[in-house]
Amino acid sequence: MTAAPLGHVEHVMGTVFSFTVRDPGPATADALRRIVARLHHIDEVFSPYRPDSAISRLGRGELSLTECDPEVAEVLAQCDALAAETDGYFTAHPGGRLDPSGWVKGWAIEEASRALRAAGSTHHCVSGGGDVQTAGGPWRIGIADPHRPGTVLCVLTGHDLAVATSGTAERGAHIHDPHTGRPTTGYASLTLVGRHLARTDAHTTAAFAMGSPAGLTWAHHHALAALAVHPDGTREQTPGLAHFREGVNPQGPG
Amino acid sequence: MRRAVITASATAAGVVLLLSLKPHDAATTAAISSVSGTGSGSAGQPQDASHTSAAPSTTPSTTGSSRTVTGTAINTRYGPVQVKLTLSGSTISKIDVIQYPTRDRRDQEINSYAIPVLNQEAIAAQNASIDVVSGATYTSEGYTRSLQSALDQAAK
Repeated sequence: MTAAPLGHVEHVMGTVFSFTVRDPGPATADALRRIVARLHHIDEVFSPYRPDSAISRLGRGELSLTECDPEVAEVLAQCDALAAETDGYFTAHPGGRLDPSGWVKGWAIEEASRALRAAGSTHHCVSGGGDVQTAGGPWRIGIADPHRPGTVLCVLTGHDLAVATSGTAERGAHIHDPHTGRPTTGYASLTLVGRHLARTDAHTTAAFAMGSPAGLTWAHHHALAALAVHPDGTREQTPGLAHFREGVNPQGPG
Repeated sequence: MRRAVITASATAAGVVLLLSLKPHDAATTAAISSVSGTGSGSAGQPQDASHTSAAPSTTPSTTGSSRTVTGTAINTRYGPVQVKLTLSGSTISKIDVIQYPTRDRRDQEINSYAIPVLNQEAIAAQNASIDVVSGATYTSEGYTRSLQSALDQAAK
């Protein structure tokens, strides 16, 4: 019998982060406290919803990039690289306003996982607002069914996975095609599986914004494992996803 | 003071994992309680229960082997949210959302969908067959905090 996993839930960055550490050690609880403090700090610096954040002030021209926390320049450079990789479908300027949230959440989750590794954990799972980074494994990751409340479409399983899902979820269609400015509704949801959540999450956002069928085609061309749910409930996946599929239509939770 | 409750149990980790997607079919159930199926395990055992800023508004009551605990009513920008847990031993068997915002159609749309899912997630997390769910971003701070306050109370 191994030690009980250590769990933690934190409301931060406008969503819920959850942590499960399957190999907790003496340093784990302290590491979680530091991680949580760092997540709140990231939110203070990067939130576009806080008028006093560095990002908001930078966007209004009240701060120069060199006056910001050095992580701001790093994050914006990553956003630029992702924008170039995705033909501009990923952008840190949705609607013309500076908002790197599409990168920041996945990056913050990855940072949390990195900090747990630094504290000696090789077996943990961090999720934030439906995006997941795991270390070790196997972990069983349910993919929510966008059409059937409370149920999952399938379970993905594996080691060291990053799983991100974009959907027309909360607040209606919330991803816009940066080229037309219009909401994208091509997929009901799109899930990508990778190794590193920041990139996986940004790729998911971009592919979702491309709409159907371009998003899935793009994912396939980039050898990304993807699962798409169409508005009529039909599903499509790239060949790479089969590796992670554990079963189709298992009994939903509850 | 920030609430930061560390829980240590095989099942509590996912208890307040809150994920959902808005359905395209808006005519979903408006039921706001969920009953556990094959849930097993125990509710959270907070190691740090020193926070007093969110004391539950009612005290636990016991009926036979099951008991109910009501979480604090949490004010959100949409209105108050409050949950009530029914526990059999230390297992959550039911979560009722006894207050939730219905200020406008949009809130109702979110709540009528999200709250059953939140309940199912919380209960399903005890069944341990799924570690985590990817798929959504609507999360309810009020639900989380009220549920956490109820879990804290249940663990006392």
